Amino acid sequence: MLTILFDGIAYGMLLFILAVGLAVTMGLMNFINLAHGAFAMVGGYITVLLMQRFDVPFLLCLPIAFVGVALLGALLERTLYRPMYKKPHLDQVLFSIGLTFMAVAAMDYFMTSSQQIVQLPEWLKGRTELGEGALMLGMGHYRLFIIVVCAALTVGLQYILTKTRFGSRLRASVDDQRVAAGLGINVNVVFLSTFAVGSGLAGLGGALGAEVLGLDPSFPLKFMVYFLIVVAVGGTSSITGPLLAALLLGIADVAGKYYIPTFGAFIVYGLMIAILIWRPQGLFVRKGGKA
Amino acid sequence: MKKRVFLSASALAVMALSSAAVLAQDNAFKIGLILPMTGQQASTGRQIEAAAKLYMAQHGDTVAGKKIQLIVKDDTSIPDVTKRMAQELVVNDKVNVLAGFGITPSALATAPIATQSKTPTIVMAAATSSITQASPYIVRTSFTLPQASVSMADWAASKGGMKKVVTLVSDYGPGIDAEKFFKDRFIFNGGTIVESLRVPMRNPDFAPFLQKVRDAKPDALFVFVPSGAGAAVMKQFLERGMDKAGIKLIGTGDITDDDQLNDMGDGALGVVTAHHYAAAHPSAMNKKFVEAFKKANKGMRPNFMAVGGYDGMRVIYEALKATKGQGGGDALLAAMKGQTFESPRGPMFIDAQTRDVVQNIYLRKVERQGGELHNVEFDVIKDVKDPGKSK
Repeated sequence: MLTILFDGIAYGMLLFILAVGLAVTMGLMNFINLAHGAFAMVGGYITVLLMQRFDVPFLLCLPIAFVGVALLGALLERTLYRPMYKKPHLDQVLFSIGLTFMAVAAMDYFMTSSQQIVQLPEWLKGRTELGEGALMLGMGHYRLFIIVVCAALTVGLQYILTKTRFGSRLRASVDDQRVAAGLGINVNVVFLSTFAVGSGLAGLGGALGAEVLGLDPSFPLKFMVYFLIVVAVGGTSSITGPLLAALLLGIADVAGKYYIPTFGAFIVYGLMIAILIWRPQGLFVRKGGKA
Repeated sequence: MKKRVFLSASALAVMALSSAAVLAQDNAFKIGLILPMTGQQASTGRQIEAAAKLYMAQHGDTVAGKKIQLIVKDDTSIPDVTKRMAQELVVNDKVNVLAGFGITPSALATAPIATQSKTPTIVMAAATSSITQASPYIVRTSFTLPQASVSMADWAASKGGMKKVVTLVSDYGPGIDAEKFFKDRFIFNGGTIVESLRVPMRNPDFAPFLQKVRDAKPDALFVFVPSGAGAAVMKQFLERGMDKAGIKLIGTGDITDDDQLNDMGDGALGVVTAHHYAAAHPSAMNKKFVEAFKKANKGMRPNFMAVGGYDGMRVIYEALKATKGQGGGDALLAAMKGQTFESPRGPMFIDAQTRDVVQNIYLRKVERQGGELHNVEFDVIKDVKDPGKSK
């Protein structure tokens, strides 16, 4: 019982890290970036390559994946994404899905289509068990690690968005670009760094997830639906919304597959439909916020 | 509309056949090799192409006065594309033999074309039992999934000493085949299947399924998942401490695919699988094959796909020799049936009745050999016919 809950939370946390960047770009910058998963995939491949070819320790790979993907995100924002901000949403969707397909094909070409395998360090491989019987809690160390990292990131992000000057600038730029620019905020730089951080988080998520979710070139397409569900259910106006949505989905998915394996794959979708019928704007929407 | 396309296609095919007499005068013997060279199954394509080229390099490209020409096409594992390519190969390129086919639906899509154009078609990879029944012109040199899963069930119930087993398969054709044949035979042998789990193809996380297995406390877990996913299952199996809970991991050789095995890490050690080929098979012929294969392909280790491609080429070469380069499709087919020979996998023959492969199935355990992980054979079930055909 508790083990299932634990696995669900770990899975949900992972989904959150992967999707939070999407929530940020979509909610704050009002841009639909379906290529988000591609950034996550790049992060995963950076980790795998560094570990396999250059024997870089796993812990060091994570920040490298974050920074590497963030830089890539910044570069693409400046060159490809910026002209798309003012375009209609349909154009954005078509553009970013095209980018996704290109990323998939490119990875396929350079890295072959086979699954990449991450070798974790010994201390992350074990498992700790507490308690007995139905209340037994078995915790894989790696999953525990994911939960800790993701929780720390969530707190950090929430702090930056609500308490720092950068956060208020970002929110101001989102609410009204022209006024914000008039007040001396460099809107372009704010968006650039937001986009970079969002992509970087995806990269980190990909690096962390390569072990649990597997990594092959179809990664962005496989998980695009999950990202979108998290964002749709959680709403895009805060960090806590997607977090709770991701946790809910993670737990429901794992528990569903455990208790009713035959229907396990559909439970997530059923839950999403139910929630969206009940609250079409998503579970946690700030009143008066820009949808 | 469909009908018309079909008619014109068959008309073209007939024309192609009538021109076969003309063709016989020029000296090419064309083999149309349709493989997934890109996409999910690309490793299958790479392995088979490399093996086919190796066979040609070793045995020359002139047989019975004919110059062998290999035409490789990429079908990206999409059956419609396979069908179109097979049609083009037969009609435009006038190939004498079709070969390859990474997945079952591709092979099945080609079957009608093989029948209409009387082109012998060598299935080098796809492993669903029913394929050879789809056309009388199909010959298989790979293996059938029931061969491997039934052998596993026999061993598990007898020498393996396993009473209770949980099965976990990916929810698609071959997975369900593996589950069914393993289950039936294992129950027939007096064992119990505690639970049969089917995992969705696009499954991100095996955790809940494995936890369920753990709580069911079986003697062993029988797994069939597409190669690649096998490594993930194995890792999570260990992470969950299931080996320490006394549960053994068994399966068909797909989960310990030689192409990937060495990257899977020590987690794979001790996994028992049943399959027809291991790169570590201890025979002089196999040693030579593995060495030559690695040398020609930057150290890539041949897997069971490669050996299917290699033996497929052998079957074509020998059929061509036997017919002295003169015969059409039917003569070639007749010369393929009943071929008995030693392959790198061990002895095998093409059953004249079913056109399917009959071969030894080996029980193997993953061990470290010369610094690399290998499937090391420790038992053998001789001359296994496809159990799927006995119905």
